[in-house]
Amino acid sequence: MPGREHSARAPLSIHDLTVAYERSPVLWDVDLDLPAGSLVGVIGPNGAGKSTLLKACLDLIPRASGEVRFFGRPYREVRRRIGYVPQRESVDWDFPVSALDVVTMGLYGEIGWFRPVRRHHRERAREALAKAGIAELADRQIQQLSGGQQQRVFLARALVQRADLYLMDEPFAAVDAATQRTLTDLLQELREEGRGAVVVHHDLSTVRAIFDWVVLLNLRVVRAGPTEEVFTEENLAATYGGNLNLLAQAGEALRQREGT
Amino acid sequence: MSWFALDTWIVLVGSACAVACALPGSFLVLRGMSLMGDAISHAVLPGLALAFLLTGSRASLPMFLGAAAIGILTAVLTQWIRRWGRLESGASMGIVFTTLFALGLILIVRGADRVDLDPSCVLYGALEFTPLDTVSVPGVGVPVPRALVVLASVALFNLLVLAAFFKEFRITSFDPEMADTLGIRSGLFHYLLMILTAVTVVAAFEAVGSVIVIALLIVPAATAHLLTDRLVPLLVLASLLGIASAGLGHLLAITVPPLFGFADTSTAGMMAAATGLLFLATWILAPRHGLLARRYRGRHREAAGPGSAEDPFHRGA
Repeated sequence: MPGREHSARAPLSIHDLTVAYERSPVLWDVDLDLPAGSLVGVIGPNGAGKSTLLKACLDLIPRASGEVRFFGRPYREVRRRIGYVPQRESVDWDFPVSALDVVTMGLYGEIGWFRPVRRHHRERAREALAKAGIAELADRQIQQLSGGQQQRVFLARALVQRADLYLMDEPFAAVDAATQRTLTDLLQELREEGRGAVVVHHDLSTVRAIFDWVVLLNLRVVRAGPTEEVFTEENLAATYGGNLNLLAQAGEALRQREGT
Repeated sequence: MSWFALDTWIVLVGSACAVACALPGSFLVLRGMSLMGDAISHAVLPGLALAFLLTGSRASLPMFLGAAAIGILTAVLTQWIRRWGRLESGASMGIVFTTLFALGLILIVRGADRVDLDPSCVLYGALEFTPLDTVSVPGVGVPVPRALVVLASVALFNLLVLAAFFKEFRITSFDPEMADTLGIRSGLFHYLLMILTAVTVVAAFEAVGSVIVIALLIVPAATAHLLTDRLVPLLVLASLLGIASAGLGHLLAITVPPLFGFADTSTAGMMAAATGLLFLATWILAPRHGLLARRYRGRHREAAGPGSAEDPFHRGA
């Protein structure tokens, strides 16, 4: 890259990224180098561009400008090393497939054109379902699963890819406590294996417990760095801006954390 | 009622047409794009008219090429108008297909004195007359209706394409963004489905016309979705329901009108009515998603009291 050094070791390195809809920017001049093998939380108010950031990195929406590198390479060269967990609401759960079918989809890229899904692929998908704690639901149609179970299906679909870096869009949104624990455990496991995850997260009270690093985002990066340094009341105020209600909640969450 | 070889041919043509439609139709329904079938079936009209006017014949190849081109054009124009006109997709589809359809009608009326093409046949088809236009097929002793050969070929073509790209059609229909991240380009399969639909619609034109083909694309697939929770059974059931509609429709067409003092009626119209009847019956009687089953389960659950739902996690989030 001219002008700026990009670490080839950084799992995700974003340079001058701008995304616009109808000429108004929804992400402005994002510059980030994420540390290897860590759990990164992306925090910010509604409409801050959190999901857009993930999608722009994955070439799902066009970028107005900027460069994105995964492990020093453009996304299309390292697809297999990157896993994506979209928002649960992004698909129609009435679709006629079983949980196992959905998890197997994570292997479609690897299976390749004109080749069928084979027994060993289904075995791997079953293992991933077991890891997500819902092995017994493999043959259920996905509409018959609870919100938390559906999130686990998406998680299993990502795990089966054995990626080195996962981008997850609000995986903790509207899930039960058990699913929340499974998710947290799996994230820890990823980190222990030296893999990483970038997670769009909305629950400020759990940020310190889960993430090593945070990106505070509101149209642009307000602050990014180790959670201990960056996740402060002052920075949250700058991120959430005039939204006093959210700000009060954020302050409350911080005080609770520090009190315990 | 009397049944002739002619009646058997009519049902066979109708069945081939129904199967050809049910395959891409199922994916249209699952993608929430049912209206796109409607749009394409109307939009291909100018393509057909142009092919007729230019070649002066109803030769199949130019017609299918024209249909494929128009299928892509419809999908592309709809996207453009939606993006640049800031309209929801239903409205932009409405703009595209009505305009193209009108253009097609004008072309047909203008060219009617030169080419044998009847607007009412284009709209409603002429299933009853398809057995009159026959070709000889090697290995088959009797002359076979040309429409049957064409429609069976298209059904087979659809089956082969969907089988070859089954994984890809499944994932791009369920989760297009996920598909894109895996390198399976969802846009490509969107357009491929549009091409299959357009080719099918053109093949079905002569038999059932541009209006009734919509029923065959959408209704059997919607009915099948009430009966099964799996994709392959859904495709099989949609095809079988289409065949049943062809048989039932023709039976109704030759038995019902005499009861009311008419001579006969349109088999294609009755086929569409039969798809609707089968949908209605399924909607009421389907074992899991049917009206009665849901009523029964609701009462059952109420009687057992709260907290007795089969799955303790259900909607637990």
